[in-house]
Amino acid sequence: MLRTLPRSPFVDAAYKAYVGLFLIYLAVPLVVVAVFAFNDSLFPALPWKGFTLDWFIGTTEPRIGLLHDRNILRGIGNSVLVALATTAVSILVGTTTAFLFERHDFPFKSFAYLMMLAPLVIPGVILGISILAFSSTVANALDDRFGWEVAALRPGLLLVVLGQFSFIATIATLVIAARLRKFDRALEEAAFDLGATPAAAFLTVTLPYLAPAVIGAGLVAFLISFENFNTTLMLVGSDPPLTITMFDRMKQGSTPVLNAVSLFLMVGSGLIGLISVMVQRDRGEGRAG
Amino acid sequence: MSAPASIPVDPRRDGRRLALLLVATPFVLWILLIVVIPHVDLLLISLHEKVAPRVFSTGIRNYVEFFGEPVYVQALIRTVAMSLLATALTLVIAFPMAYYIAKLARGRGRTALFMACLLPFWVSELVRVFGWMMILRETGLLSNLLIWAGIISGPVEFLYNDVVVMIGLVYTSLLFMVVPLISALDSLDDSLIEAGYDLGGNAGSILREVVVPHAMPGIVAGSIVVFMLTLGNYLTPTLLGGKSSQWFTAQIYTQFITRFNWEVGSAFGFVLLATSSLIVWIGLRLTGQSLSSTLGR
Repeated sequence: MLRTLPRSPFVDAAYKAYVGLFLIYLAVPLVVVAVFAFNDSLFPALPWKGFTLDWFIGTTEPRIGLLHDRNILRGIGNSVLVALATTAVSILVGTTTAFLFERHDFPFKSFAYLMMLAPLVIPGVILGISILAFSSTVANALDDRFGWEVAALRPGLLLVVLGQFSFIATIATLVIAARLRKFDRALEEAAFDLGATPAAAFLTVTLPYLAPAVIGAGLVAFLISFENFNTTLMLVGSDPPLTITMFDRMKQGSTPVLNAVSLFLMVGSGLIGLISVMVQRDRGEGRAG
Repeated sequence: MSAPASIPVDPRRDGRRLALLLVATPFVLWILLIVVIPHVDLLLISLHEKVAPRVFSTGIRNYVEFFGEPVYVQALIRTVAMSLLATALTLVIAFPMAYYIAKLARGRGRTALFMACLLPFWVSELVRVFGWMMILRETGLLSNLLIWAGIISGPVEFLYNDVVVMIGLVYTSLLFMVVPLISALDSLDDSLIEAGYDLGGNAGSILREVVVPHAMPGIVAGSIVVFMLTLGNYLTPTLLGGKSSQWFTAQIYTQFITRFNWEVGSAFGFVLLATSSLIVWIGLRLTGQSLSSTLGR
């Protein structure tokens, strides 16, 4: 079946209906969450009791809005901190690793490539527990040998960053390597012929060409980090990021402030996602993460 | 991939060595310190047998404990079976949509459809699961809707069963299947399909002999990612399935965080890792694909 080929009207209609149902299935849970952020009720459920903005700006118990909920705000702060750090390290390592695989030959290269892909096929929970176990092995060893208590190696934001970085760096590498592969090396050669040093050629020719992929990878890394749950769950200490804070509330059954936070997340991630698509548009093909 | 022959070897040789060192160091630190050594350490911990507080001997007792306890083995088998089913369902549901976007839609409609598929997945999995909870719980939308329509007389709890877990898992996974499928189908030349019709093929035989073989790298890439994400998922089965979900990652969580029994927890982790690696390997062998040809494109 192709658009150039004749189709029976019945098959055509059935196919269109399928596409419609698919889109409804995608949209309904999100629409429900968004709408109930404005319900003037103490529970995120029916009946509809009228429109309110309390779940965003409310200041008095039990109607504490998103803007005045200390734990939620702290969760958002922690998530932003973690996502910025993870993104920075991921694009740095992703860029160098892309160059390693696209520009260099070395022994056991295909094995190294498999190792680079491996974090994608290790369940997130296991990445989490292995980093948890190893960092505490190191921390215990330091404590036993030298009497040093290194708080950074105990569950906390640093471990969360390391856990997320372990697989987000793979995604960043793949995005950046895909663009680097299409780079015409004659441009670099031309820069050399014009007297550029390798560093100057890299900074003025290669890096500007890579920029959309690096920025795109950065935005995707930020989004994945911000919403990561499985790896984060195993590594949190006393400063939980937003997803963990929300998960705990969700289990207990909370007020529609959860809907308000969710709406905030939808708008925020939607914007970042749109920017990442636009930044990478000129590539003609996109890898979404 | 390889260095062009045009680069003279001698004058720039040191420079290339330095460049290799510079780009290899972050990679090696990442893979060794954050991936390989922690997993080796996890394996060593899983081989610790507790003799007394902080005293251990080496042995496989933690693994014996796992295989000797039917509850644990059943949870693993159940999780694997549900993940395989979720992967198959996701593929079947996503394929027509991906085909529509790649081959039938055009222009703006195509972009709009693609964005509509993408958008929900930029939002946290937590929010998406929360949406399903609001719809399906006892006081939720579906229950109220059915009462209003007179189909049921009192509130019904739709949460906490396998069907709901499956709906949530498929929902969570769709994008990771749709995107690789679209990029695989995009590269299929329309004239091959037309040629199939010219040669007397019908929709079924062309799908079987032209479309699916061509899309295989995308199918395998999507299936691996969806299977791995589902098998390692904690959020969706816990919130939608509750205590009855018996998801294997929940057992790992219990051992590590609730019971602080890291030795047994590590063994569980390794059993999960071995199981998932084995299944991915079998999948690659059966379809004649490789990890680098599917995931590392």
